[in-house]
Amino acid sequence: MAEVVSYRKRRGVEAFMLVFAVALGWGGYVIIHLNQDAELPKQWPWALGILFGMALVLHLVVRWRTPYADPLILPLVMLLNGLGLAMIHRLDLGTDPVMHSAELQLGWMVVAVIACCAVLIWLRDYRILHRYTYLMFLAGMALLMLPLVPGLGLEKNGARIWIHLGSYSFQPAELAKLVLAVAFASYLVEKRDVLALAGVKFVGLDLPRARDLGPILVMWLASLAVLVFQKDLGTSLLFFGLFVMMLYVATEKPSWVILGLGLFISGAVGAYFLFGHVQTRVSGWLTPFSNYDLNYQVINGQFGIAWGGLFGTGWGLGRPNLTPLAKTDFISAAIGEELGITGLAAVIILYGFIVARGLRAALGSRDPFGKLLAAGLAFVFAIQVFAIIGGVTRLLPLTGLTTPFMSQGGSSLVANWVMIGLLLLITHQVRQPSVEPVADPVASLAGEATQLIPVGSVRPSVAEDETGPLPIFADAPTGPIPAVSPDAPTGPIPAVSPDALTGPVPSIHSDDPTEFVPTVDPNTEATTAITPDDGGPR
Amino acid sequence: MNRPIRGVAIAAMVMFAALLANLTYLSIGQQSYLNDRAENRRVADARFGQDRGPILVGNTAIAESKPVKDRYKFQRSYANGELYAPITGFYSYLYRTSGLEQSYSSELSGQDASQFLSRLVNMLSGAVPRGGAVETTINAKAQQAAWKALAGRKGAVVAIDYTTGAILALVTSPSYDPNKLATHDLKDSTKAWNALNDDASKPMSNRATREIYPPGSTFKLITAAAALESGMTADTKIDASAYKLPTSTKVITGNCGGSSITLTQALKVSCNPGFARLGASLGQEELRNQAERFGFGSKFLDEIGSSASRFPDELDPAQTAMSAIGEYEVAASPLQMAMVSAAIANRGVLMEPYLVSQVTDSDLNVVRTTTPRAHSQALSASSAAELQKMMVQVVANGTGHNAQISGVTVGGKTGTAQSDRIRNPYAWFTAWADNPHVAVCAFVEDAQIDASEIAGGRVAAPIAKAVIEALR
Repeated sequence: MAEVVSYRKRRGVEAFMLVFAVALGWGGYVIIHLNQDAELPKQWPWALGILFGMALVLHLVVRWRTPYADPLILPLVMLLNGLGLAMIHRLDLGTDPVMHSAELQLGWMVVAVIACCAVLIWLRDYRILHRYTYLMFLAGMALLMLPLVPGLGLEKNGARIWIHLGSYSFQPAELAKLVLAVAFASYLVEKRDVLALAGVKFVGLDLPRARDLGPILVMWLASLAVLVFQKDLGTSLLFFGLFVMMLYVATEKPSWVILGLGLFISGAVGAYFLFGHVQTRVSGWLTPFSNYDLNYQVINGQFGIAWGGLFGTGWGLGRPNLTPLAKTDFISAAIGEELGITGLAAVIILYGFIVARGLRAALGSRDPFGKLLAAGLAFVFAIQVFAIIGGVTRLLPLTGLTTPFMSQGGSSLVANWVMIGLLLLITHQVRQPSVEPVADPVASLAGEATQLIPVGSVRPSVAEDETGPLPIFADAPTGPIPAVSPDAPTGPIPAVSPDALTGPVPSIHSDDPTEFVPTVDPNTEATTAITPDDGGPR
Repeated sequence: MNRPIRGVAIAAMVMFAALLANLTYLSIGQQSYLNDRAENRRVADARFGQDRGPILVGNTAIAESKPVKDRYKFQRSYANGELYAPITGFYSYLYRTSGLEQSYSSELSGQDASQFLSRLVNMLSGAVPRGGAVETTINAKAQQAAWKALAGRKGAVVAIDYTTGAILALVTSPSYDPNKLATHDLKDSTKAWNALNDDASKPMSNRATREIYPPGSTFKLITAAAALESGMTADTKIDASAYKLPTSTKVITGNCGGSSITLTQALKVSCNPGFARLGASLGQEELRNQAERFGFGSKFLDEIGSSASRFPDELDPAQTAMSAIGEYEVAASPLQMAMVSAAIANRGVLMEPYLVSQVTDSDLNVVRTTTPRAHSQALSASSAAELQKMMVQVVANGTGHNAQISGVTVGGKTGTAQSDRIRNPYAWFTAWADNPHVAVCAFVEDAQIDASEIAGGRVAAPIAKAVIEALR
C-alpha cells in the first residue's frame, strides 16, 4: 500500500490571519478618522462588527464545507477588501458633501460574501460545472456583449461596458470573466488532445491545424468586438489573454502563445491606427505631458504617487480626490499617495500571493478541469492587477479594468468573491487526503463527453464525508456526476492525460505533481502519512 | 499540464516584478520631476499653504503668513497692502506671485539652498518648516509721506539713499490691495483680479519702476551733465534766444532772462531754447553716452522688475534738440530720474539700487546681506559738484522753490512733459538733499488740475519735499 500525503487543515491559522486582516482594514478606517479629525469614527463598532461577522461566517462555512481549503486565500482577500473599503471611505470624506459609497460597497461586500458562501455550500464540487460547457460559453459571450444591446447598454467614461436595470447599473463583463473561465476550462479539457496532437510543422513551430483555429479566432473576434464597440481595452485584453493562456496550459504547445500574441499585437496595432481613444491611451502612456488636459487623470495619478513618496502622506492626509475616478480605476494611485510606494508595493505583493496560491492549486490538482480552472482564475487576477496597476503607474497604456476587491463596484466584487469561492473549492480538493485507485484506466474526466451517461451500478459508493480526512477517489465526484466508464470517450483519441495520472503508480498528491514518486515530498506541508484501509471499491 | 502552468507562473512573476520595478523607478527616477511640474496642484497647494516668512519694513511685517483653519492652513496677509503692493507684490493661488513674493519665494518659504542647514535641523527635530524673513530697505515714514503727498493722484515716488543705493521709498498710485488676490476664497480672488485688470487706471502697474514716461525738463540734468563733461562750466554762457529747429519750421521759444545766459541760469529757469540748442551742438552721441552712464538702457531692481529707460537711436539734429529737453521719444521711469539726482549728489558715482537689505532664516540667523556697490561713474566728481550747485539754485531761486526746506541743502530739477495735446502734461521733480542723504523723484501722471497751470515745481516738488522731511 502506498503512503499518502495529507495536509493539515490549518483552519486555526486561517482564523488568526482573518482576525489580523480585519484588524488591518478596520485599523485603516480608524486611522483615517484619527488623522483627519483626531477622534474615533462614530460607527466604529458597527464597522468592526460587520467585518468581523463576515470573517466569522466565512471561517465557519469553510470549516464546515471545505476544511482543507488553502488557509491563506481568505485572509488575503479579506485584507484587500478591507483596505479597499477604508480607501473608498476616505475618498468619500474628501468630497463635499461627504458621500456614502463606502457604505454601499460594504453592502455589496456582504452580498459577495454570501455568494461566496453559497458557492461553498451548494456547489461543493466544482466539477459539476464541467457539464455545462457550451451553455457557459454562450452565457459568457452573451454577458460580454450585453452592453451593446440598445436601450440596455450604458456608456460611462467613454467605455460601453455597463448595462442598467432600473436604477442599478452593472458591469456584465465581471460576471462574464467568471463564466468564461469555467467555459474555457471545460471546453479545453475536452478538446486539448485534438488541439495538442494534430498540427503542422512550420519553421520549427508546431502549428495547429487550420480547422482547430476556430475557437481562438472566435475569441479573437469577440475580443476585437469588445475593443471596437465597447471601447474597452482592458476587458478585451483580459479575455483574449485568459483564453490564450488556458489554451497553452491545456495543449502544452507554446505555438498557441506565439499565435495568440501575434493576433493580439496585430489587433492592438490595428486598433491604434483605427481608433482615437486607443491613440489617446497610448499617448497618455508614453508622453502624458504632451496634452495635460487630455491625460489629466493619468498625470494626476502620477502626481499623487510622487507626492506620497516612499512612505505616503499618511492615511487621510493626502489629496487623492484630485485624481478623477479615484474610487474605481485609480484606487491604486490613492493607495500609492497615502500609503506610499511601500504601501502600494505591499498591496501588489498581496495580489501576487493570491495568484501564487491559485497556481499552486493548479499544479496540485489531480484533474485537468480543476487544473485549468484554478490556473485560469489565478491568471485572471494576475492580468487584472497587472493591467490596471500597470496602467495607473504608466507601465502600460491605461485600460479600464477594476482592481480586484479594492475598487468600488458591486458586480466586480461579487464576481471576484465567487471566483475565490471556486478557488477555495479547488484547493480543498487538492489538499484533501486521498488515494488513487491503482491503474484506473480513466482517472481523468478529460475524455468524458458532455453528454450525460446514465449512472447506475457503476457509480462507486464513495463515502460522502466532507469533513473528515477520509480518503476518497480524487476523480470520483461526490456530486451527481456520473462515474467514469472506460468506454465513454467520444473523442478520436483516448483521453490520456499527459500528467500521467493514469500511470501505474498511485497518484500521490504533492506540491510538485510532476514527480510522481510514491514517497512523501519533503517540501510539502505534509505531516502525517496515512495508510488507507478502505479506499473505496476496488 | 504542469509544465505550462509553471510557465504561466513565471509569466505572472515577471508581471508582478515589472509592476514593482516600475513603482521603484517612479519613486527614484520620476518623483522630483513630477513634483516640480507646474501643473501639480498637490505641490502648488502645499507650497501655497506654507508658513512663509515675513517681508519686513524695519521691524514691522508688511507681509506675513497667519494661521487659518482651512485647507491651506496659512493665509498670506498684507498690513497696509496698497501702500506696499509695488514692493511685496501678491501671493495668490490662481495668479501665482509677483514682487518680492516672487523673487524671494524660496527664501520666504525656507526652501532656499542657503537655508539648507536649518531645514535639515527642522526635519530631524520634526518641527514644522518655517520660512525665512526678508528685510527691505524701505523707510516706513518716507513711504507713508510719499503716499500721503500723492494723495491718490496717478503717479509714483522713488527715494534712494544715494550713498548706498538703498531704496527708501517706492510708491505707486493708484495701488491695489494684495490681500484681495491672496484670499483663499478663490471666487473673490478671481473677482478682484478681473476688476483690477479691467480698471482703466491700471492699479497693478508699477509706475515707479516698470513704466517709462517722457521726462520733460528733468532730462536737462543729463544734457547739463554732458555739457559739463565736455568742458563747460556752470558759468559758461549759452545762447538762450529762440531756437528754430534745423530742417524744421518749428521754433522753440522761452523767456530765459536774456539771450545769453549762464548754464546755471538756464537750468534755474528751465530754459528750453538754450538746452535744445546746447543738445543739438553736443550731438546725439554725447547725450546718449551721458544718459547711459546714468543708467538709461539698463534694468535695475530685478527683485520687483523694471523697464529700461530709453534714449532713442538715430536722431536727426531736430530730434536731438528735442530729446535734449526730454521730449520726442525720450522716456524714463521715476526710478531712473531718482538715480540721476542720486549720482549727481554722490559725487558722480551711481550706486546700484537695491530693495532687500538682508535675509534671515526662521531662527533669525542672517543668511544673506546686500553689500552696496557702484553701478557706474556717471560723471566726474568735479562736474557733479558743479551740477549740485546748479541744482541748489533751481530750488533756492528757480522753478523748484516749492521744495525748499530750512536747514537742508536741497538741489532739484522740475519737469513738465507734454506727451500729447489731449492729456494733461506729466509733472516731474527730481531732487537730492545733503542731510539726510536722499535722492527723490516725484512723478504725477495726471495732476488733475488745469493744464495751463501745471508745472513740475508746483505739483511734484511738494511731494519730494514731504519725503525728505519725513526722513529727517
